[in-house]
Amino acid sequence: MRDTAAIVATELAKLRRDPSEILSRSIQPALWLLVFGQVFGRMRAIPTGNLDYFSFLAPGILAQSVLFIAIFYGINVIWEKDLGILQKLLASPAPRSALVFGKAVSAGMRAIAQAAIVYLMALVAGVDLNWSPLALGGVLVAIVLGAALFSTFSLMIACLVRSRERFMGIGQVMTMPLFFASNAIYPISIMPTWLKIVAHINPLSYQVDLLRSLMVTGGTSTFGIGTDFLMLMGMLIALIVVTSKLYPTIVQ
Amino acid sequence: MPQPTTDIAIQTDRLTRSFGSLVAVKELNLTVRSGEIFGLLGPNGAGKTTTIKMLTTMLPPSSGAATVAGHSILGNSIGVRKRIGYVSQMISADGALTGFENLLLFARIYNVPRRERTRRIDEALAFMGLTEARDKLVRTYSGGMIRRLEIALSMLHRPEVLFLDEPTIGLDPAARLQVWKRLKDLLETFGTTILLTTHDMEEAEELCDRIAIMKEGVIAAEGSAEELKSRAGTQSMNQVFIHFAGEFSDSKPNFRDINRARRTAKRLG
Repeated sequence: MRDTAAIVATELAKLRRDPSEILSRSIQPALWLLVFGQVFGRMRAIPTGNLDYFSFLAPGILAQSVLFIAIFYGINVIWEKDLGILQKLLASPAPRSALVFGKAVSAGMRAIAQAAIVYLMALVAGVDLNWSPLALGGVLVAIVLGAALFSTFSLMIACLVRSRERFMGIGQVMTMPLFFASNAIYPISIMPTWLKIVAHINPLSYQVDLLRSLMVTGGTSTFGIGTDFLMLMGMLIALIVVTSKLYPTIVQ
Repeated sequence: MPQPTTDIAIQTDRLTRSFGSLVAVKELNLTVRSGEIFGLLGPNGAGKTTTIKMLTTMLPPSSGAATVAGHSILGNSIGVRKRIGYVSQMISADGALTGFENLLLFARIYNVPRRERTRRIDEALAFMGLTEARDKLVRTYSGGMIRRLEIALSMLHRPEVLFLDEPTIGLDPAARLQVWKRLKDLLETFGTTILLTTHDMEEAEELCDRIAIMKEGVIAAEGSAEELKSRAGTQSMNQVFIHFAGEFSDSKPNFRDINRARRTAKRLG
């Protein structure tokens, strides 16, 4: 635990020093929320129950920005410049799981910073946000859980593909399918059966579901909040266990 | 000087590592005594880095065993990791942090007691001549400063054995001399055993009590610089190298290693 805290504290110091990534990654959610949301909202093309499309979309976009931050943070390890540091950490007595967990939590911290900006955008776009402390607390937990999960996932993929010197498109290859095969921008009910199945095993769907019920007033959960938390938690733990075993292979 | 736990710092027993059909390290039997500086030399692909990776527990051996600082590298090797320091050939300091912050991270990871941390960090910085650069970002450091910081990083927990992979690659002669001096000071002050790999024969002669020249996964020759010179019948360490390690080896694919080495050299130079 102490080692995890050391890693998180160090990553936070770096984030405080250079928050530019958070700002540059705000462009995409801005486009989705303020442009796409506007257009599709007017069309009433997508059945979103008792929520207007904007309110339906906002949690999906929040989850998307968390997804992007987490995935790109997790695969950072694939670039050569960090290999020396990684070697040093792996030669230290810190348990591999602490290193992986430390990265996961750091991803969560970054995601929270990003989420604040998305909340601001949602406010500007007129979404009726739920400001109750309990709901906000739940949103925070959902964000950290999701970020931890996806950064560990991309770290795992990075460990598996490390034989490539550079793998430029790998971030996009991971994020786009996860995003579109979820309930981020449309409800699961209108998906074709094969996509429904994929969406049900996609952790993003559970995160979006959680956020949808907690972030906006009048939002409800399709799977149940308890199920959402359990699914995310369970997948996160499984990913940490697997990735801890794979982590050393990057430097071998 | 602190007492090491044993007279033998590193002992390998038929240590072997293969990658598919390629045997990188073949039944290596190596003994390094406590308190000595030992050099592992050899052409690229000879198995030096693979050996270090096994001894620092980053890579499990295919067969054979080794003890480092009295603990086995097999199984739960945390006993080894607590007692060793490692400076990779690649840059292992984070450019986005200050010298102090880099040291703080590892002080915490190596469980230096909280009360001790700042003092030990400042001590390490002073020892390596980096006090003025304490709160500057490492990306502003010169190559020599980065290397000295990395050595400082690996000494925070007073390891019994320090592994250095090409410690002065890419450094200009003045920076190199600085690093050599610090390494010798380290040995004198803390009694640390040092195992280093290098291509630089001058470095091997200058620093090492004993040298092993590896070739194709085995030790081709071992002894002090003087012994090796007399066995090879030459006063030139470069000739010693060629005598024992062969004229040239174009057979091993090497792009990635050379690429990395050049990039590190470029950053540090």
